Amino acid sequence: MNERNERIHGVACTFRKPADVYHAAEKVRDAGWKYWDVHSAYPIHGLDKAMGMPRSKVPRLTLLGGVTGFITGCLLTWYMNSYDYPLVVGGKPFWSPIFPFPVMYECTILFAAFGTFFGQFILNRLPQHHHPLFDLPQFARTSDDSFMIVLEARDSKFHLDESRNFLLSLGGQEITVIRD
Amino acid sequence: MAHAPDHSTERPAILAKVNPVELPRPKLILNDRSFHWITDKVCGIVEEPTPLWWKVLFTVALFVASFTGAGLLYLVSTGTGTWGLRSPVGWGWAIVNFVFWVGIGHAGTLISAILCLLRQKWRTSINRAAEAMTIFAVMCAGIFPLFHVGRVWFAWWLFPLPNQNGIWPQFRSPLEWDVFAVSTYFTVSTLFWYMGMVPDFGTIRDRATTWWRKAFYSVLAMGWRGGNRQWSNMEMAYLLLAGLSTPLVLSVHTIVSFDFAVSNVPGWHTTIFPPYFVAGAIFSGFAMVLTLMLPLRAIYRLHDVINQYHIDNMCKIILATGTMVGYAYGTEFFIAAYSGNSYEKFAFINRAFGQYAWAYWIMVSCNVITPQLFWFKKIRENHSLVWIICLFVNVGMWFERFVITVTSLANDYLPSSWGYYSPTIVDIFTFFGTFGFFSVLFLLFVRFFPLLPMAELKMVSPHSDIHNH
Repeated sequence: MNERNERIHGVACTFRKPADVYHAAEKVRDAGWKYWDVHSAYPIHGLDKAMGMPRSKVPRLTLLGGVTGFITGCLLTWYMNSYDYPLVVGGKPFWSPIFPFPVMYECTILFAAFGTFFGQFILNRLPQHHHPLFDLPQFARTSDDSFMIVLEARDSKFHLDESRNFLLSLGGQEITVIRD
Repeated sequence: MAHAPDHSTERPAILAKVNPVELPRPKLILNDRSFHWITDKVCGIVEEPTPLWWKVLFTVALFVASFTGAGLLYLVSTGTGTWGLRSPVGWGWAIVNFVFWVGIGHAGTLISAILCLLRQKWRTSINRAAEAMTIFAVMCAGIFPLFHVGRVWFAWWLFPLPNQNGIWPQFRSPLEWDVFAVSTYFTVSTLFWYMGMVPDFGTIRDRATTWWRKAFYSVLAMGWRGGNRQWSNMEMAYLLLAGLSTPLVLSVHTIVSFDFAVSNVPGWHTTIFPPYFVAGAIFSGFAMVLTLMLPLRAIYRLHDVINQYHIDNMCKIILATGTMVGYAYGTEFFIAAYSGNSYEKFAFINRAFGQYAWAYWIMVSCNVITPQLFWFKKIRENHSLVWIICLFVNVGMWFERFVITVTSLANDYLPSSWGYYSPTIVDIFTFFGTFGFFSVLFLLFVRFFPLLPMAELKMVSPHSDIHNH
């Protein structure tokens, strides 16, 4: 139990200016870190590049949702008006891709939006109401006007004292150890 | 939240040769306000004790909303005969009010989605409130077709759900397309609105001092931590939802116009309807945004974040779309004259000079003439006048839908079947009450949700510039 309490999540370091945290992030990236993050109250322009992050995978889920939606729209209208209960309307064909197109169109958008919305939360691992960062008093200000770099302990480069010194060399202000 | 791809810092050689004049960009946030000021300002609205004006307005809004309740209760317990509908006018105020409210909603999506894709940064100050307006307006709109079906307890037959008769909806009907369009629109707008608010809920959560506030906003914020790995997905999702909402909003009012255009009634059966309806929707929606935002700006002293530049832009959009609507009125007449179809010709002459001429000329003066005042800077700077002009636009757009719906039905092919439609007190109660219903929801939004998108305002603030050492 005691050993569990002593588990370390990582080290955090605060910055006051977006430019400072941006340049610090470039250095962390160049040092080859894998498990780390920059916390801010708004998305900092160009930070994805400064952190060496790949493109977000949300669009794949959007596409998946959109294709599912289109097929759902086709099957729904075909099954209901042509297969299960064929409806004679003006002697027209029971099903064609033209007349129910608005339905297929709206289903495509609806499911693509679901893919995007839920995809974003799944990729961000949310909701997650418990996180070691929430116990850090300085963390609350990152959603206001402060910035924070967190180096996580699960990274192979992590070593408590070295990582602390590394953060100091980046020009951060307060350096704190985050306990799990 | 979406941002442009990184541009290289070197200027192209052609610029050195041409040496263009650098136009100063209008400031979006005045007085060089800091990030902390933005947080304080927006969170302060939620955190302060409930102001007296809010309690008074909320009570009034609840009272007004009860008129819809009374109208609907009487309708359901007595029957649809209590509305003013009778042959030949089978579509009256209900469809007029439906199109009116849906149209109002469209400006919210235009601001949040289309202006996002066009990288109009000024949208950030108003997009949250405009999106809330969209959702509440669509809720008001939904009431009318729902109760217009007559036996409201069978309204679920409109949805593709199995019922005891084994019959499915008929997908050749534009009314059925409407069910899909409007319910998709409501769902996607709500997702978009909520997703944009998650980081702001996180900010309120992090500042919360009382237990219940912390709990309430923690649940809404879903444990948002603002790490750039989260922001990257969030921004991408936001951009994609903007991209999805753009064709959605255009399709919704297109399909609403199909309710009319697909029929064979003179005055309805025209191909101009989709673009004409979309322009009208944006026109009325922006008027409603200004109607709501100007008082809020004064009450909460938001002059630094909603400044003259924002108001100018909104007025200019109203001017542009109002002019498009006026042009569409003219085109309708031209096409009717050019068609050689005597019923079509009569439908339009009858609109302007027949028994509903009063409604037609209210529509023209409110929609075509009043917005032209926005050409003048002096008028755009007089905010009381802007507010009044916006009210005129709202009234005019309601009359537009009235004119389209009622004049065509009241005087169609056979003079022997002509009639004159007037609403009953039940119609009036139901419609009047929706303004209260809308206000109740909007006041709750103002009180409990972040009125302005803090994260997006910080993004457009000059302090966010990483090259600014």
